[in-house]
Amino acid sequence: MKLKLTMMLGAAVIVFAAACSSSPPPPPPGPDPDSIAREQARQDSLAREQARADSIARARQMEEQRIAREREEAARQARMITERVANMMATRINFDFDKYAVRAGADTEALEGKVAIMRANSAVRIEVVGHADERGSDEYNLALGNRRAIAARDFMVNRGIDASRITVRSMGERQPLDNRSNEDAWEANRRDEFRITAGGNQLVMPSGM
Amino acid sequence: MTADRRRVGLKGICALLVVPAALHGQDPVPPIDQGVRIGITYTPGVRPGMLVLRTDAGEIVDSVEAILTRDLDYSDRFEMITLPGGERMLSTVRPAGDSGDGEGIRFVNYSLYSALGADFAVEVEPVDSNRVIVTLYDVYGQQEKKRISVVLGQVVNQAFRMVVHDIADQFVFGAAGEMGYSASSVLFVRNQRLLMIDADGGALRSAAPAEDSVYSPVWARSGRQFIYTVFTGTGGKLVLSDRPTASRRTISGTEQHTNFATAISPSGEEIAFARADGSGTHVYSYNLAQDCCLQRLTLDRFSDNLSPTFSPDGRRIAFVSDRPGLPQIYVMAVDGTGQELFAPMDWGVTGSSYAPEWSPDGTKVVFHRDVNRSPQLFILDTRSKEVRQLTSFGRNEDPTWAADSRHIAFVSDRTGSSQLWVIDLETGRVRQLTRIGGVRLPAWSPRLSETTTP
Repeated sequence: MKLKLTMMLGAAVIVFAAACSSSPPPPPPGPDPDSIAREQARQDSLAREQARADSIARARQMEEQRIAREREEAARQARMITERVANMMATRINFDFDKYAVRAGADTEALEGKVAIMRANSAVRIEVVGHADERGSDEYNLALGNRRAIAARDFMVNRGIDASRITVRSMGERQPLDNRSNEDAWEANRRDEFRITAGGNQLVMPSGM
Repeated sequence: MTADRRRVGLKGICALLVVPAALHGQDPVPPIDQGVRIGITYTPGVRPGMLVLRTDAGEIVDSVEAILTRDLDYSDRFEMITLPGGERMLSTVRPAGDSGDGEGIRFVNYSLYSALGADFAVEVEPVDSNRVIVTLYDVYGQQEKKRISVVLGQVVNQAFRMVVHDIADQFVFGAAGEMGYSASSVLFVRNQRLLMIDADGGALRSAAPAEDSVYSPVWARSGRQFIYTVFTGTGGKLVLSDRPTASRRTISGTEQHTNFATAISPSGEEIAFARADGSGTHVYSYNLAQDCCLQRLTLDRFSDNLSPTFSPDGRRIAFVSDRPGLPQIYVMAVDGTGQELFAPMDWGVTGSSYAPEWSPDGTKVVFHRDVNRSPQLFILDTRSKEVRQLTSFGRNEDPTWAADSRHIAFVSDRTGSSQLWVIDLETGRVRQLTRIGGVRLPAWSPRLSETTTP
């Protein structure tokens, strides 16, 4: 019993001695107000710079998108106009049986439109391809188709279009639009077709059309 | 005399043959073995009777007999003798001797053939697996007229057919005194491809690369070459094809514009053709032999001129011109001088005339002319300038002469589609040559035997 008490006392002494063996830690250093302010200012400046840059980028992007949209719209408009003009240029004209004279009315108006297009688009060159219906001999129809193509070319040349911008060719009766053998088919097949061979990438609509 | 003799003979034969000839309606293309000339349908004619004997000796002999029979029939110079029901007379073989040994002996039974109405008989005898002897007998004179021994290739071979066609032509000459036209071929266009078919309607084949879009073929008088138009993206060029070498070349100077409707001079040295360009369509000549000297022959500005065809003497060119308003047949010297109307016409009455072709003998020009807006064949007599109409049924156009100046091939829709037909000017007989539809622009070759006979 006595030994037990002695041991407990010893342990208490040891603990006490250990507790009193070192000095207390120093208090942490206090914050530097200037340094904090400078850092904050730097951070704020960076943020403002970033925001400004982002704003400029957004504005630039929006401007680019706007320009792209405008360009796209302009290109779309140009394509539409080109397509419309090309369609006008491709409008066929038809002929009476075994004839190659350009008929007054719609066919003449169609050719006048082509003349205006060629005036407004000086780079455009075209090929006129004449066709015949199945009646008559094959060989004569080749000549007749050629004569029909020449008739359209001469019409345009007589209105001031340079002859070198127009080539002519005949398909005779080899490429009918309508394979039937009746008046409607023959009427459709007696025709000139017009194809732009150069300068047709971007066409201008003639004024007044 | 021949007809009387045949009629007498036929009475006897008809008494023996109980089966009467079938009464057929007139077929536009009678099968060759149904052209019954004896029995109740027999109509006496002035043409000599021709009997092709049947040998029953294998595939080659059968083929030779069939081709010969068809060629002789299509020559339209003979009454082909057949038995009722389409049977053919067997070669006569005398039975073996009483002892029964040995083979029978083939002999010519002139009296029987004469009784059948034959003036001539043809027999094909096999020698070995690919050699035959073909004999033409003069039944009336009771003698052998012509004997030809030939080596034949495979039955499917084109050369085989031409050799037999050539024999037929020689037999026509032996029996009728004028060469036949069997050893020839017709070029034509179908779906823009160039095809060729033998004069008997066999051996349909391609004559140009399939990728070529072709037009208006024409033969050289030699039969060794032909020229046709190949359409390109910008026009049509002239291509010369050499048959023996199977080579092709573009004729210089024809790469530009649309060049078509070529004619080759009899010498083969010059060509005339139509050129469609920005000034219209005009006839040009070109020296093929020297590859030079393009010359425009028709100069009038306001008309089209096309479809030239040389006279056989090479001195004139007939062509189509629409200078009077409607296209008509004109003629000029080969240098372009002396242009004048060739086929007479009535102003305001005569329809448009197209596609002239001068006959090989020079006496006629065939062309087609619109009659009530339907094309029909016409013949112009080059001496008398008389014009006569050949056809009236259906649309008939683009005629071309056979080498015998007697037969004409042409395009007709009389059976509903455009086919090639052949008409014989002497008898008026018409037969169908193709059965494929969509046929146009035929060109009949001269006799081709000189390049095919072994």
